[in-house]
Amino acid sequence: MQETFKRWSLACLLILCASHSYAELQIEITQGAGRRAPVAVVPFGWEGGDPAAPMAIADVIGADLSRSGRFAPIPSDDMLQMPTTGVEVDFDDWSILGVEAVVVGRVTQTGENAYSVQFQLFDVFKREQLVGYRMPASRGTMRRVAHRAADMIFEKLTGIQGVFATQIAYVTAQQNASSRIYTLVVSDSDGENENTIMESTDPIMSPAWSPDSRRLAYVSFEGDRSTIFVQTLRTGNRIKVSDRQGINGAPAFSPDGRKLVLTLGGADGNLDIYVMDIATKAIQRLTTNRSIDTEGTWAPDGKTIFFTSDRSGGPQVYRVSTSGGTPERVTFEGSYNARPRLSPDGSKLALVHLDRGNYRIAVLNLENENFLVLSVGRQDESPSFAPNSDTLIYATRAGRNGVLETVSADGLIRQRMGSGQADVREPVWSPFPRL
Amino acid sequence: MSQYRLLLISLLSAALVGCASNIPDPEPTDTGMSDSGGASTDEYGGSSGADGETIDSDLNAELTMILYFDFDQSDLRPEYGDILAAHARKLSNNSRVKIRLEGHADERGSREYNIGLGERRSQAVRRMLLIQGATSNQISTVSFGEERPAAMGSDEESWQLNRRVEIIYLN
Repeated sequence: MQETFKRWSLACLLILCASHSYAELQIEITQGAGRRAPVAVVPFGWEGGDPAAPMAIADVIGADLSRSGRFAPIPSDDMLQMPTTGVEVDFDDWSILGVEAVVVGRVTQTGENAYSVQFQLFDVFKREQLVGYRMPASRGTMRRVAHRAADMIFEKLTGIQGVFATQIAYVTAQQNASSRIYTLVVSDSDGENENTIMESTDPIMSPAWSPDSRRLAYVSFEGDRSTIFVQTLRTGNRIKVSDRQGINGAPAFSPDGRKLVLTLGGADGNLDIYVMDIATKAIQRLTTNRSIDTEGTWAPDGKTIFFTSDRSGGPQVYRVSTSGGTPERVTFEGSYNARPRLSPDGSKLALVHLDRGNYRIAVLNLENENFLVLSVGRQDESPSFAPNSDTLIYATRAGRNGVLETVSADGLIRQRMGSGQADVREPVWSPFPRL
Repeated sequence: MSQYRLLLISLLSAALVGCASNIPDPEPTDTGMSDSGGASTDEYGGSSGADGETIDSDLNAELTMILYFDFDQSDLRPEYGDILAAHARKLSNNSRVKIRLEGHADERGSREYNIGLGERRSQAVRRMLLIQGATSNQISTVSFGEERPAAMGSDEESWQLNRRVEIIYLN
């Protein structure tokens, strides 16, 4: 069953994205929205010395739109015409096919490794252009440019900001013949372009993105102790920010990128929430309770920290002001609520919730207190919001292996990403890239 | 007895040298399998060790390097009393002996919270040893939460084998 899924999803990936190599993380749509709008992404035109453009941009855009669960791109074989600019578009040819929107474009070579990518999006019913844009690209940036085009198209058609041009970080664990290898990986949000950030024979945990997407904080167990590092992605350099006696864990960046909330245990093992100024390493203690207080995360206003505490007998989510004070309990559904993560717009709280014996991802709407269980597994964990606050990624299990799933905040659209060989866990979605 | 000490010393040296090939955690089947649940009481009988040698009960008690816990609990099981007393005796008799207590949790629930559960278990063992004569600079604790499971399954038996504290003698 697992083999068949792998082959099927690999075949889909190859059909959709003919021009690049096998990805470690493979995507399959597992559940879509009720209705997918038919759209057409026409193969882009090409002007340049080589026989073809470095990449089939239309394939990347089509795959992104399909992956969102809201669109059904039609195969190019069904297309009655292949326009590459707006003046060539014959709306009758698209109305006949029932297509609601058409994307046309072309890639032009402007230098040795320089290209210009342009696209236009048309509403077939209204017979008008919704957006047109031109972007420069190199061979190395062309895939990212295609994702940015998909984001613009998606936003025009849905009103929701697209996240195709974002990244995810995650941890893998793989059992070799004699040892276990852990890696910290950054990839595009579709699983492509994996980059190993760090590799170890000891566990790696709790990756966290800096707000400028340039750094990752994480916990490493190298040397059989827990240490928090902050690593700069571009250079690979890392600084040790906390290696105190006892537990060092659960780092998360403040919205201004200058502080980390983290968990320290000390010699007596009493886990508590602390805030550290990264430049000075000065720490401020926020909780003193004898309970386990951990998994701190910042609200977007930078003034409140949410965290997990079992001070009431079992794990629940609390919030505390960064200037100190008595923490206030936030979750009241059920006996286990942990690992809070706020949506970037501050309106929703994702967490791990015990639902009739199963650990599942739930979202608490902080404005209307609506509580929705979003996932369906037994050991679901590590939820993280996409920067548009509309989609979440989390870790679940498929058979023996850990895999990742994304789900829309209303629970309707779900997609799985897995690696055939490794256990994948602890996904975190990057912020929007700074341009 | 000596083969366990050798195993622990080689584990420690490998870790210290930063050896690239990770040594897997001591297989519970070595000592732990017979210790899970109530079976540890067999060891107190004295001579029924799987090795087939006659071993006196004090040495037998020291062989138990892994203690197990109930779900969501860090309470020490009453049957571990003699084992802990024997470890405490070793520590209080020689102030140079040092140990590390490695706490673990089963895979269920949130990872960082499980680090907390593992640490709670290490601390419970540590406190018992301190009460019985060890000094605090002899004992260090670490928690691996669910990150270093001894058993890979997702069933009650695997979960029980993972809810544990391992006692590692550093010298």
